[in-house]
Amino acid sequence: MPPMEPTLNRPLRRSFVKGLVGTTSFWMASGSTQWTESLAAEAVQSYQPTFFDMKEYQFLEAASDRLFPSDHNGPGGKALGVAEFIDRQMQTPYGHGENWYMSGPFQQGPANLGYQLPFVPRDLYRKGIAGVETYARQQYGKEFTALAAVQQDEILTALEGGSVQLGEIPGRVFFEQLRTNTLEGVFADPLYGGNRGLAGWVMLGFPGARADFMDWANQEGAPYPIGPVSISGETA
Amino acid sequence: MGEKHVDAVIVGAGWAGSILAKELTEAGLSVVMLERGAERTTQVEGAYPDSIDELRGAVRKRLFQNLSQSTVTIRNTIDQTALPYRQLAAFLPGEGVGGAGLHWSGVHFRVAPEDLRLRSSVIERYGEKFIPEGMNLQDYGVTYEELEPFFDKAEKVFGTSGEAYKVQGKIVGNGNVFSPDRSSDFPLPVMKDTFSASVFRDAAKSAGYHPYALPAANASRQYTNTYGCQMGPCNFCGYCSGYDCYLYSKASPNVNILPALRQDPRFSLIPNAHVLRVDLDSTKKKATGVTYLDTRTRKETSLSADLVILGAFQFNNVHLMLVSGIGKPYDPVSNTGTVGRNFVYQTITSSRVWLPSSTYTNQFVGAGGAGVAIDDFNSMNFDHGPLGFVGGSPVWVNQAGMKPIAAATGAGGGGTPRWGSAYKDALINTYKHSLGIDAHGSNMAYRDVYLDLDPTWKDAYGQPLLRMTFTWKDNDIRMNQYVVSKIEPIARAMGATKMNLVHLNPGQPFDTRKYQTTHLGGGAIMGENPQTSALNRYLQSWDVSNVFVIGSNAFPQGMGYNPTGMVAALAYWTAHHIRTTYLKSPGPLVQA
Ligand SMILES: Cc1cc2nc3c(=O)[nH]c(=O)nc-3n(C[C@H](O)[C@H](O)[C@H](O)COP(=O)(O)OP(=O)(O)OC[C@H]3O[C@@H](n4cnc5c(N)ncnc54)[C@H](O)[C@@H]3O)c2cc1C
Ligand code: SF4
Repeated sequence: MPPMEPTLNRPLRRSFVKGLVGTTSFWMASGSTQWTESLAAEAVQSYQPTFFDMKEYQFLEAASDRLFPSDHNGPGGKALGVAEFIDRQMQTPYGHGENWYMSGPFQQGPANLGYQLPFVPRDLYRKGIAGVETYARQQYGKEFTALAAVQQDEILTALEGGSVQLGEIPGRVFFEQLRTNTLEGVFADPLYGGNRGLAGWVMLGFPGARADFMDWANQEGAPYPIGPVSISGETA
Repeated sequence: MGEKHVDAVIVGAGWAGSILAKELTEAGLSVVMLERGAERTTQVEGAYPDSIDELRGAVRKRLFQNLSQSTVTIRNTIDQTALPYRQLAAFLPGEGVGGAGLHWSGVHFRVAPEDLRLRSSVIERYGEKFIPEGMNLQDYGVTYEELEPFFDKAEKVFGTSGEAYKVQGKIVGNGNVFSPDRSSDFPLPVMKDTFSASVFRDAAKSAGYHPYALPAANASRQYTNTYGCQMGPCNFCGYCSGYDCYLYSKASPNVNILPALRQDPRFSLIPNAHVLRVDLDSTKKKATGVTYLDTRTRKETSLSADLVILGAFQFNNVHLMLVSGIGKPYDPVSNTGTVGRNFVYQTITSSRVWLPSSTYTNQFVGAGGAGVAIDDFNSMNFDHGPLGFVGGSPVWVNQAGMKPIAAATGAGGGGTPRWGSAYKDALINTYKHSLGIDAHGSNMAYRDVYLDLDPTWKDAYGQPLLRMTFTWKDNDIRMNQYVVSKIEPIARAMGATKMNLVHLNPGQPFDTRKYQTTHLGGGAIMGENPQTSALNRYLQSWDVSNVFVIGSNAFPQGMGYNPTGMVAALAYWTAHHIRTTYLKSPGPLVQA
C-alpha cells in the first residue's frame, strides 16, 4: 500500500499577498487587522472542503479561531487556514488512522494508558462536531457558529474540562484532537494548507525551512535576523 | 530445513545489527541482515527540504514504527489489564534500515564505570541493607576497562565530537571531570555551545558544579571514519531528533556503516522482512535459523544459519526470545526465569527557565547531541548515604532544535491556559526567550516491573503482543526530585525571570501519552548468574549458545546516560569475542 504522503509535485500555493508583506518588520509595525482581512479573503476564494460539509467546515473555522484567536500577536486559526489544513489531513493516512494500532478488543482503562477508542480521526471529527452542535443547541438554543465568542469559549472550556460527553466520544478526547490539529494547522509548513503567508511562523520567530545555523549556534542572545521560508520557497 | 543457508543471520538493521554485520563479514562469514521496515538512504529519503518538514517528520512520525502492524500493551501494575499502545507517544521505536539510529539525536556517551557494578558499589559504600526491598540491583559482569577499547572503536566509527578530560592517565582538557580515563581523544573536536548551553555552562560553574560539553555523534567538521564513510560538518539545523540528517553530519548506520558493508559480497540486506521467530532444533538448545515474512508478499521464508544475532531493539529482542522459546520466561510471582526480568526505562523531567525579554534563545537552533551537562548528581558521584536512594541524573541543556508544532502542542497546562489569547502570548514569549533543562536519570529494576506476552492482543501476523508492566517507584521519584532541586540555584545564576521546575511526584503512574525517551532497557540482561540473567557477559544466550542478543535489553538498570554509546560498545565487545573465541569453537563462552 503506497503511502499517501504529500509530495512536492503538487501545485504550489500561490505566493501570498506579494508586495503587501515582505518582512517581519512590516508585521510588527502595522498590527494585525490588515493581515487578518487579506488572509480571510484568500481563504474564502480558494478552498472547497472535500471531507467536511460546509457546516462542519464553518465549525472548524470558528472553533480554531477561538483556540488560536486573532489578537495583537497576529492572525487566528481561521485566517491561517486551519480548517483547510484539517480537511486535507482527513484524506491522508493519518486521517484514516493508518499508523494507529486499531485491532480490538477496545477496552477502556485509566487515562494514562492512552487512547482506547475504536475511532480514527475521520470518525472523531464526524461524531465530535455533531455532538458539539447537539450540545450547543441544548445549552444555548443555537448552533456553535451562531454563538458569541464568550459562549463558544464556555463550550470549549467544558469540553476540555471533561464534563461533557459527545455521544460515543468523550468531549475531552474531541477537544484534544481539535486542539492538536489546530496548532498543527497554525504551524505546519503552508504546503498543507494552513500557516497562510507563514504568519504562524512569523509570530513565533521561527525561520521555517532555513535549516542552516552555521553562524548562529551562539550569537549571545540576539534574535535571529532572517524571516521564514517555506518548503516551496515562499517567504515572509 | 530452510531453503537457504548462511553463516550468520542478523535480525534488525539498526546500530546493533549493522555493527555485528560489519564485524562478522570482516571475519569472513556470509551474513544476511533482515529488516522489517523499508530501505532508507540519505540521498532519497533524507534529502532537503522534504526531510525537514515537521508535520511529515516528528509529528506524523514518518520514520518511526508503524503501530498498525505491531505494538505492545502496557499496564502499571500486575493487577491491571494491560491495554494496547495504540498511538506513538511515550517512546518512539524505529523501523526501516538504520532503525532508530537514523532518527536518534546523537548524544553519544560512554558509561559511568560504577554503573557497570552498581550493586557491588552500593554495597561497598552503604551496605546491602541500603538496597530497597524488591529492587533487583545487579552488576553487568563486565568492567569499564574491558569495554574501553570498544568505546574507543565505536567513537571512531560514529565520528564523535567531544572534549576529553583524561587520556592515558593525563588530564588533557576541559571535559567531564567525572569521566573515566580514555585510551585516545575524541576523533572530532567538541561541538560549539549553543547560546542556551553557554548560559548553562557559566551558571553551573558559578554554582560550583563541573559543566562539560555533551559528547555528540554530530560531526563538528568533515570526517572520514574507520570504514571510509564520510560525514560533513553539522550546521546546527536542529533536525536530528526524529529526522534523518540531510547533511550526513549525524552518525547513523546508514551513513557510517552501511555504505562500506553494502560493498561486501558476503553481505546482503533484505528489507521488508519481518522475522517471526528464531527456529530451534528439538533440544531447544540450538538455533537452526529464522523464519521471516515478506511484509509485501506475505510469503514466509526459513533461512538456516549457524549463528543468529538479534539486534531488533530492546523489547523486540525480548519478544523474539519469548515467542521462539529461548530461555525461561520470567515469573514475578515465583521470582524465577530470566526472559522479561529487569525491564527498565529512564527517568526524565524537563524544567524551563525564562530569560529577560531582551534575550533570544533561538530554540530552533541546535544539534541533537550538542549541549552542556553536569554529572555532579549522576551515578555514584555524590553521597547517597543521607539521601537513601540509589541512582542519579546528569542535568543538561541539550537544545536540539525546538520546532513550532512541538512547542505549541506542549505549551500551557499546569494551571496556565492551553488555548486562547493568553496562551498565545505565553507560547510566543516562551518560544523566544526560554530554555529547557533536563534531569535525565537512572531507573532501577524491580521484581514486579517486567515483560511478558499479552494474553489478549495480537500483531498483524497473529503473534501475541509483548506486555509491559511498568511504573515509577519511590526510589526513582525521590532521586529525580533531589536532582531537580539542584537546578534551582543554576537557574538563578542564569538570571532567570521565571522558572518552572518539573519533577516526578509520588504515586504518579507512568503515562504512555507523553514523550519521555526511547531509552528502554533490560528484559534480557547480561550477568554472571544464569538464574538472574538471560545472557552471559558476552550477550550470548545462556540457553541457546548460537544466539547472541545485542541491545539495551542487556542493561540490568536504566542508567543516567543515553544508551546508544553503551549499546555500540557492547556490540563491538560481543563481536570481538565471537571472532576471537566463539568461531574457533562454537559453544557457550561461559559455562553455566
Ligand atoms: C527520537 C529519538 C532520539 C534518540 N536520541 C538518542 C541520543 O541522543 N542518544 C542515545 O544514546 N540514544 C538515543 N536514542 C535511542 C537510540 O535511537 C537507540 O538506543 C538505538 O538506535 C538502538 O539501536 P538498536 O540497534 O538496538 O535498535 P534499533 O535502532 O531500534 O534497530 C532495530 C531494528 O530492528 C528492526 N526489527 C524489529 N523487530 C524486527 C523483526 N521482528 N524482524 C526484522 N526486523 C525487526 C526494527 O525495525 C529496527 O530497524 C534516541 C531514540 C529516539 C527515538
Ligand atoms: S543539527 Fe547537525 S547533525 Fe543534526 S540534522 Fe542538522 S546538520 Fe545533521
